[in-house]
Amino acid sequence: MNKNMIITGLVIFVLAVLSPFWFNIITTTQAAPEPELLGKAKTEKKCVLDKYEMRANHMSLLDEWRDSVVRDADRQYTAANGHSFGMSLSTGENSCLGCHEDKAKFCDSCHTYASVSPYCWDCHTNPKEIE
Amino acid sequence: MLEIAIKGSKNYWLWIVFLLAVIGAGAIVYIDQFMNGLMITGMSRDVSWGFYIANFTFLVGVAAGGVMVVIPYYLHNYEKFHRITILGEFLAVASLVMCLLFIIVDLGQPTRMLNVLLYPSPKSMLFYDMLVLNGYLFLNIVVGWKVLEAERNQVEPVWWTKPLVYLSIPFAIGIHTVTAYLYCGLPGRGYWLTAILAPRFLASAFAAGPAFLIILCYIIKKFTKFDPGWEAIQTLSKIVCWAIIANLFFFLCEVFVVYYSNIPGHKAHLTYLLFGYHGYHALVPWMWTGLILMFTGAIFLVIPQLRNNKALLPFTCAMIFIGAWIDKGLGMISGGFVPSPLHHVTEYAPTRPEIMITLAVYATGFLVLTILYKLATQVKEEVGG
Amino acid sequence: MMKKSRRSFLKVAGIAAIGFSASPAITFASSDSHGTAQAVKSKNKEALFAHRWGMVIDTSKITDEVVESIVEACHKAHNVPNFNHEVDAEKYPNTRPVNHKQEIKWIWEEEFHYAFPDKEDEFLAEKFHNLPFLVTCNHCKNASCVQACPTQATFKREDGIVLMDYHRCIGCRFCMAACPFGARSFNFRNPRPFIEEVVPAFPTRSKGVVEKCNFCAERLAKGEQPHCVEASEGAITVGDLEDPESEVRVLMNEHYTIRRKQSLGTEPSVYYVM
Repeated sequence: MNKNMIITGLVIFVLAVLSPFWFNIITTTQAAPEPELLGKAKTEKKCVLDKYEMRANHMSLLDEWRDSVVRDADRQYTAANGHSFGMSLSTGENSCLGCHEDKAKFCDSCHTYASVSPYCWDCHTNPKEIE
Repeated sequence: MLEIAIKGSKNYWLWIVFLLAVIGAGAIVYIDQFMNGLMITGMSRDVSWGFYIANFTFLVGVAAGGVMVVIPYYLHNYEKFHRITILGEFLAVASLVMCLLFIIVDLGQPTRMLNVLLYPSPKSMLFYDMLVLNGYLFLNIVVGWKVLEAERNQVEPVWWTKPLVYLSIPFAIGIHTVTAYLYCGLPGRGYWLTAILAPRFLASAFAAGPAFLIILCYIIKKFTKFDPGWEAIQTLSKIVCWAIIANLFFFLCEVFVVYYSNIPGHKAHLTYLLFGYHGYHALVPWMWTGLILMFTGAIFLVIPQLRNNKALLPFTCAMIFIGAWIDKGLGMISGGFVPSPLHHVTEYAPTRPEIMITLAVYATGFLVLTILYKLATQVKEEVGG
Repeated sequence: MMKKSRRSFLKVAGIAAIGFSASPAITFASSDSHGTAQAVKSKNKEALFAHRWGMVIDTSKITDEVVESIVEACHKAHNVPNFNHEVDAEKYPNTRPVNHKQEIKWIWEEEFHYAFPDKEDEFLAEKFHNLPFLVTCNHCKNASCVQACPTQATFKREDGIVLMDYHRCIGCRFCMAACPFGARSFNFRNPRPFIEEVVPAFPTRSKGVVEKCNFCAERLAKGEQPHCVEASEGAITVGDLEDPESEVRVLMNEHYTIRRKQSLGTEPSVYYVM
């Protein structure tokens, strides 16, 4: 095992390990998808939190909301901007899906790209699925 | 020190491969359970705990039984046990690994198991069980390792192993008491709601653990050059003798209380186990077999000529181990759930997938035990201990 | 490589690693981007409130038909799976056969000696032998299931309702062992194939969690009565046990009521008018 063999091996290894990135750079032409704002979300622009905060923290927000609803019986959320929402993923007009309407175009567009599969929908029902 | 475990005879490797095969088969069945839920087991709405928890309860006892070699040597300087304390400690490690695995395979949402740590619930006995089981596991691993290492290097073990050993003694009592407290604090389960449950658990633990240890000593003597010593085994057998007699006595106490007071709610469970209830009698042959095994084992241990019979002793110990397993594993769990709080009867028997996963957990424990005992016996052979 | 320089390389690398990992932690701690610091969470205006929710069941008004409509109303609205339902083979191919012993039920009927096994009576009045009795979770004041839960996924809310947080439940089933009333069910399998019509307003549960009656907390929050009350044609009343003028207390003053297994001390909140 001399120095050349080791360095060659290391280079090949690094390239192999980074291969998913090369693959994506070469084959993908589009940037990350933007979730589509539909329905009430588009027209009324009443936001729970600002865009960047939501993107980073919607998971912990949903966690907090769940604890509020289940443990404290508080179901109304009055945001810093004064608008009020029902603290629910899919139930009611003021829930997440109540404004953002389409799970496929909103939730899934980013989740699929980022390869994230939250198990919300094992229990919570997307109203559109029933129709 | 672990490199010792990868050098072995053909038989050693055949045994390891066999264990790995069992583990692999069980793992595949577990994947089915993980994907599709516990519906593959025989558990039901009425009998919500079954074979997994039954074996868990029994093995906590076996783990606690290791303390029966630690106390005489470390607290009372009983030299005859000096060479086998490591065997007791390693048996505890293997048993605890199995206990924890049984809990994991029994969970409906195992990926959430860290919730027990994230949301500590000081009123829940399961919380304390988690603490003491993991604590005792940690203690035994550290103490066993350090003591064995010191023996290999022919020096005294480092000073802080002593206090850890002393700590492991109340922990050993603790693990089985807390496990008993899981059951005996539940107001709705008359069969378990008895103060004698914890003492009974400990008694059967101190019978089953050392009984299994005796059998292991025989196996070690046959397959390695390390001889645990006949005197040590004789003392152990006396411990098993009185522990199993205590267990049987406690059981007789329960029988008396239940049948003499004649309270129907309390009677129903023991009647189901021993005589059948409203036509349901699946467990009756099991319970009587277990009682006969334990009773016969006790007699064989009380009579000195039979106890000191080298050829008979391992069979006696096997009888006691299996009898205790039936009594504590099958009897206690099913007895608690049948009849249900509404006095309906739903019987329980484990399904084949459930048994397969159980066997895989046992195989994992035996794998850990084999490797640890290989280390211990090899080191002792090396230094002539 | 000389020993000394390798050791100092490792030291520097270690400190750098700690430094790098500290940065996001410090950023997180210093930011107040939980975003909810200024937001307010509150109850709905129309929500019903009680210090301790309780239920009175008038057994004289319970008939088999009433029981059927109550059970149906509750189980349908809460997406409780029905193992007698024939599974849609297209939507759920390869569904394995059901084990009816693993059924799920939130409220159901029992005969007297099963509902009240501690009230054995050789000379029980004839009419009580076959009367249907409704049994469900009693939302006990000293609930043994709440005490048993190692994650507080089963907990007692300040208004007295014993609720389940299905996100936190690890499926250990200790609560099921603890319940003296057999009120709890476990999802041994995915319940979705066995729900005839999923009601989107209420989540289903997934496999591996325990579930039970939730006193229709979601209805009380909207100012509505629980489903069993509405379907019971006046047989079931809910209200505040600690309000001496509530409907339930009035009923309890007018009639003699019993509870299941009261001697165990769990203090059930469901009373039966005999």
